[in-house]
Amino acid sequence: MSELILKKELCKGCGLCVQACPKKILTVSDTETNAKGYYTVEITRAEDCIACAFCATMCPDCVITLEE
Amino acid sequence: MAERKLMKGNEAIAEAAIRGGCRFYAGYPITPQNEIPEYMSWRLPQVGGRFIQAESEISAINMVYGAAGAGARAMTSSSSPGISLKQEGISYICGAELPCVIINMVRSGPGLGGIQPAQSDYFQTVKGGGHGDYRMLVYSPCSVQECVDLLYDAYDKAEEYRLPVMILGDGMLGQIMEAVTLPEMKDAASFAKKPWAADGTGVGEGRRIINSLYIVPDELEAMNRKLQKVYDRMCENEVMCENYRTDDAEIVITAYGTVARIAKSAVDVLREQGIKAGLLRPITLYPFPKEYFESVMSSPTVKDIVAVELSMGQYVEDVRLAAAGRKKVSFYGRSGGNVMSPEDIVEYVLKEVK
Amino acid sequence: MATVFKKPSFLTDVPFHYCPGCTHGIAHRLVAEALEEIGAKGHCVGVAPVGCAVFAYNYFNCDMQEAAHGRAPAVATGIKLVDPDNIVFSYQGDGDLASIGMAEIVHAATRGVNITVIFINNAIYGMTGGQMAPTTLLGQKATTCPDGRSVEINGYPIRMCEMLATLDGPSYIARCSLADVKNVKQAKKAVLKAFRNQKEGKGFSFVELLSTCPTNWHLSPVQALEYVKNQMTEQYPLGVFREV
Repeated sequence: MSELILKKELCKGCGLCVQACPKKILTVSDTETNAKGYYTVEITRAEDCIACAFCATMCPDCVITLEE
Repeated sequence: MAERKLMKGNEAIAEAAIRGGCRFYAGYPITPQNEIPEYMSWRLPQVGGRFIQAESEISAINMVYGAAGAGARAMTSSSSPGISLKQEGISYICGAELPCVIINMVRSGPGLGGIQPAQSDYFQTVKGGGHGDYRMLVYSPCSVQECVDLLYDAYDKAEEYRLPVMILGDGMLGQIMEAVTLPEMKDAASFAKKPWAADGTGVGEGRRIINSLYIVPDELEAMNRKLQKVYDRMCENEVMCENYRTDDAEIVITAYGTVARIAKSAVDVLREQGIKAGLLRPITLYPFPKEYFESVMSSPTVKDIVAVELSMGQYVEDVRLAAAGRKKVSFYGRSGGNVMSPEDIVEYVLKEVK
Repeated sequence: MATVFKKPSFLTDVPFHYCPGCTHGIAHRLVAEALEEIGAKGHCVGVAPVGCAVFAYNYFNCDMQEAAHGRAPAVATGIKLVDPDNIVFSYQGDGDLASIGMAEIVHAATRGVNITVIFINNAIYGMTGGQMAPTTLLGQKATTCPDGRSVEINGYPIRMCEMLATLDGPSYIARCSLADVKNVKQAKKAVLKAFRNQKEGKGFSFVELLSTCPTNWHLSPVQALEYVKNQMTEQYPLGVFREV
């Protein structure tokens, strides 16, 4: 059981986490933006997360916190 | 305990800085100030200080930036071409409001010039050789003892105003040997606290940032206004100037540093010949001793002003500004490392002024 | 639930100003994690460069000094000599370290001064708008070599690790990449080692991190990582170049 917590206000929509995720459960939204105007990352299938933290490892903006 | 010693100017400067609290020195060899780093290299470790020979003047001033930013009483020294290299660092130090001491044993220029005495760095020193609106407290001692006295309190002044104190000397002052009284070592416990220093202990809200970058125009303007207030306060409190036989003088010679000593002799010779001469000798070049000049320029007795310096005419510009057209200001300068004798000055006055 | 990954407390809450996908943010995090792990909090001074990382002083949760362009190793030397118990590091880009600051880095290295230097090599001047860097690859386009860097006009890119490894002063010199998870983890180990070395008094430690500049490379963030992997590592091989 794991949970990804996203601080979307920090997200710049670069997509490095999306590419790093081995389970492909992340995507950059094409509708949702944050206060800075960036399209932000979102989780599509939270239940498939294997808590590898690859997404957080590649995130340049410390958007992702992982709890297990 | 104070002690009496025969010392070379450069060595006395180094010792006085240490007794005034200097515990970090970074420098690079250049004539005619090499005795300063040489002295520091063995003397600083004796008092728990650190000496480092930098790879360049640029590195030396930036090591001073780091050490001063960390809270140490830091110093560098050089001579004209080396001081030119340090200008960027000096501007950063002023922008970051760091106290330090910088010695310039001026040699003749431009370019590589020569190693003989000169005063051709006047503009660079008092008008800001580096970029931006900044000022330093600039002293121009005329004897080894005066070097010692000014150096001894230089860090207290630098820390009071949080800016560099520069000593403007020349090879003559650095190489001459004179008897000096050395004051006792200052107790570090008496030094002002530095809550702003990035000494490594800062965390979270208590972090200290040594910086001169202000991207927002209003913030930078506010910073410059704040600095200007500091400079104004310095101008109010730190002016030092010597009047010599100016009370009834008709001809006032004005000169600073070692040239002032020569000019003093010239004044005596002129007096012996019945000419009422006097000397006005700024000890601080910045702040410029405006009020001292004002009393000379507005005096009905004074007929002529003669600015004497080892340059093609830099200091004389400030003298003319002070005169504001009220007095005739003549200029007598030598250059290239040539130093005038008292007789040269007397001859100039008799021929060109009187 | 236990937190297994979060922003290290050695970073402040200030959001990074870097462009989307720029790996400066990853490098900052690795440095902060390493400082946290060696217990540097409360006795640490960082030195920020001039370049994209100029605002680094806003991000690291310790005392910081902002150095003039290229002079960070000299500033760090001054700081370290004043209090050798402090952990002192500089964080510099390729223009800062390998061009205008070449003398400072070489002499800090040969002196073996006990500091840690993090060198971000993204082969371009980012902050000023994409001009050619000393590390720009042959053929790589930049705003001051619009047809690509040529040997005739610009000479060859500089390999800092290899150059510094010829000196006797440094204790540790390594080059890593931030191109993917595996490499970032490798980089973390190197950064940690570089800081541990300082704590153990081993002397000058230097880690070069091959990084991206999606904005000035005119690539997407993901494509930029590919560029690091395929082009940059060819010119700048990864590895440990000196370990004493």
